[in-house]
Amino acid sequence: MEHIDATEAAIAEIISAELHREGPLLPILHSLQSAFGYVPQDAVPQIAEALNIGRAEVHGVMSFYHDFRAVPAGRHVVKICRAEACQAVGGAAFAENMLAKLGTQWHGTSANGAVTVEPVYCLGLCANGPAAMIDGRPVAGRSVDEIVAEVSA
Amino acid sequence: MKVFVSLDAAARALGADEVADRLTEEAAARGIDLALTRVGSRGMAWLEPLVEIEEDGVRHAFGPVAPDDVPALLDGEFPGHGPTEEIPFFARQTRLTFARVGVIDPLSLDDYEAHGGLTGLRTALADLAAIVQTVIASGLRGRGGAGFPTGIKWQTVAGAQADRKYIVCNADEGDSGTFADRMVMEGDPFSLIEGMAIAGIGVGATMGYVYLRSEYPDAIATMTRAVEIGRAAGVLGQSVLGSGHAFDMEIRVGAGAYVCGEETSLLNSLEGKRGLVRAKPPLPALGGLFGKPTVVNNVLSLATIPVIFEKGAEHYASFGLGRSRGTMPIQIAGNVQFGGLFETAFGLPLGELVNDVAGGTRSGRPVKAVQVGGPLGAYFAPHQFDTPFGYEEFDGAGGLIGHAGVVVFDDSADMARMARFAFEFCAVESCGKCTPCRIGAVRGVETIDRMIAGEDVRTLVEDLCETMRDGSLCALGGFTPYPVMSALTHFPDDFAPLREAAQ
Repeated sequence: MEHIDATEAAIAEIISAELHREGPLLPILHSLQSAFGYVPQDAVPQIAEALNIGRAEVHGVMSFYHDFRAVPAGRHVVKICRAEACQAVGGAAFAENMLAKLGTQWHGTSANGAVTVEPVYCLGLCANGPAAMIDGRPVAGRSVDEIVAEVSA
Repeated sequence: MKVFVSLDAAARALGADEVADRLTEEAAARGIDLALTRVGSRGMAWLEPLVEIEEDGVRHAFGPVAPDDVPALLDGEFPGHGPTEEIPFFARQTRLTFARVGVIDPLSLDDYEAHGGLTGLRTALADLAAIVQTVIASGLRGRGGAGFPTGIKWQTVAGAQADRKYIVCNADEGDSGTFADRMVMEGDPFSLIEGMAIAGIGVGATMGYVYLRSEYPDAIATMTRAVEIGRAAGVLGQSVLGSGHAFDMEIRVGAGAYVCGEETSLLNSLEGKRGLVRAKPPLPALGGLFGKPTVVNNVLSLATIPVIFEKGAEHYASFGLGRSRGTMPIQIAGNVQFGGLFETAFGLPLGELVNDVAGGTRSGRPVKAVQVGGPLGAYFAPHQFDTPFGYEEFDGAGGLIGHAGVVVFDDSADMARMARFAFEFCAVESCGKCTPCRIGAVRGVETIDRMIAGEDVRTLVEDLCETMRDGSLCALGGFTPYPVMSALTHFPDDFAPLREAAQ
């Protein structure tokens, strides 16, 4: 995924584009992450200023939600479903195998910086598990080796 | 040649886009005049990617189809399943909420209207005073899990005095084993828009929000586009269908917090706050989003509203069992032969669903446990398979139907591990507001670990579950005891293997 540099001007432009909404904080955080791949710490005071709330409140909201990251992820992000329906069809072994092949842990990034692996609790592909998401695209019925090959390429 | 390929996220995850591309290429190479329409999923997950070819006005099913199967398919040499709607899994359903899903082009408003869409909204607009009464008469209960009568909720909001009211659609479908909300939003988004418009006009709300989980990128894209189309066509806006009544809506994306499926946590999240659960009162119906009277309904509840107005409240209420009226889109998942979406009138026994409809396990091994209602739902054992699918009936059996996800496990499942997972999930997803959930879940994981290691701490687990059940603000902490205690009660042997080995 291509991302732009997180300059002060770029951050300000993204924030102002969402300000017309009621309760704009989550849309702002999503937009920042979509543009930069993460929510830069430099954005926190800018958001606080724009919404007239404290920096601690912005930090509190950002850190509450699993989706928002404060540092860039690997070049690819693989989310593996850990929920019950996938567990019923070998999801736990699927995840362990994937983590072992990529040489990382949950929330970790492989040593070459290629892949970040995160848990996800249900992608709604529960009749076709084990399910995963590669860079925001849901996949099912794929072997660990196929996914590893795709993200390592 | 009229061909239909599913664009549902599950079908796309299995390669439906590649199949559609290959169909277009191969047809062009052969000079076939191909009319390819992407539709929602028919709900037969084991057949995805499903390709339907229309012959004499009847769609015939082929699937699963891989890209390399396409030449054979076009040559008529790929074995099919006959007419789609005659496949037993499909034929025995009663599709009211899902009538159009898999049939129409989801983003064609013309297609939507040709299949009964907007009839309900026009009926509602013709008699505004009857809107709330119609929903009450239909017997519709909240499909998100709590089962509260939808019409009563609407009546409360309608009666509240405020300068602004809201309709909030809970599309934070985080329960494992559920995907009906996703399928409706991807396959028939206008039904949700129409349902929200009827709700807004019925209770006097002019703005609606769909809080849609970020794990559903396809649903987000489809709903966002559908709202734009609806607005351009005058279904949404200052004057809904020229009635003079205003209603508009916006799609909001969640951020990966399961607890935001709880309605008060969802409202906080929409307001741009941490998704902490709120204490009630005030009820959201009186003091909801930004403190204003708010209807918070699940996707399925709202998407069912149009058909109630189209066909009449009595028609809808004529289906069902006891106080569970109408139909329920049941989602069959996990280790099953035939999984997917099965909409049927309430009352079908659980065992019939698991063994007959779902055809037992995919692995071919015996069914050991069935979790109904997501990660906070109880595990049912085969001796409870005569329980009819209904709110009160499941409650009586020590469980809940929740959002009607049914997850089947074969005999390789380790129920102590599943009980541990229930606590672990609660610990990961707890919003942290109340102690029994925040701390209890962590202690729960530790205590199950001690149990697995052979210590006799069953009483401690029972005490902990009682505290969480009675002392938590919301269902996350309050219902985590369901999977834990049901696993412990029905599968005690799974919890003490090491101790027994030591003896």
